[in-house]
Amino acid sequence: MSILHTVNKSAYERNALESCLGHTRPGDAVLLIEDGVISARAGSTAGEKLAAAMAETGVSIYALGADMAARGIPEDKLVDGVKAIDYAGFVDLAAENDAVEAWL
Amino acid sequence: MGDMNEGGSTKKFLYLNRKAPYGTVYALESLEVVLIAAAFEQDVSLAFIDDGVYQIIQGQDTTGIGMKNFSPTFNALGDYDINKLYVEKESLDERGLTEDDLMPLVYEDEDDDWAEKPSIRVVSRAEMADLMQDQDVILSF
Repeated sequence: MSILHTVNKSAYERNALESCLGHTRPGDAVLLIEDGVISARAGSTAGEKLAAAMAETGVSIYALGADMAARGIPEDKLVDGVKAIDYAGFVDLAAENDAVEAWL
Repeated sequence: MGDMNEGGSTKKFLYLNRKAPYGTVYALESLEVVLIAAAFEQDVSLAFIDDGVYQIIQGQDTTGIGMKNFSPTFNALGDYDINKLYVEKESLDERGLTEDDLMPLVYEDEDDDWAEKPSIRVVSRAEMADLMQDQDVILSF
């Protein structure tokens, strides 16, 4: 069993990301979309939490490229280990995992 | 202050922007109201704190999300005598951003031979708190 978690809120706005990261298991994927991508910017306090989650819980973290671009976040400004994906990659993640859990 | 315009005195208006663009409609709505309010010739300041700092970040490209990129409109504010855009340094720092990541917004100073000057002023949280105390009306978005 693996889950794709989607987070569409900024970590500075709601606790969705924090709660999500507290409910993941190794092998799960977390995809940041919409304002959620703000948390993936390198050098940010939210980014530190993402790095810690990748190191400690073994989750994979992704960010949707189109939402990054809209918010002026280039790929080279992502937290190390966070992968930028496109909409097709989103579909692949949904298909690869057993369930999708949205953290609204 | 105290100069009169038609129908009343000038008040100090602060537009407080706390939301990132595109994820919610707050940022766009704020900009629309600011542009409308510009017609009333009041003393207008804009504050960008928390995720609001993302509204004026450089390099926004919304082609992938199918929404209108309204960030270029900020360039027009100087022509409406809206040239006080206060950005909180602590909010930038928490998000891994610096002033160099923001759009280079400018205005032409009619009192200084139309010299081009920066509209963005990065201030501390304490300075932002003082700025809020100095207003007549605060509108939140």
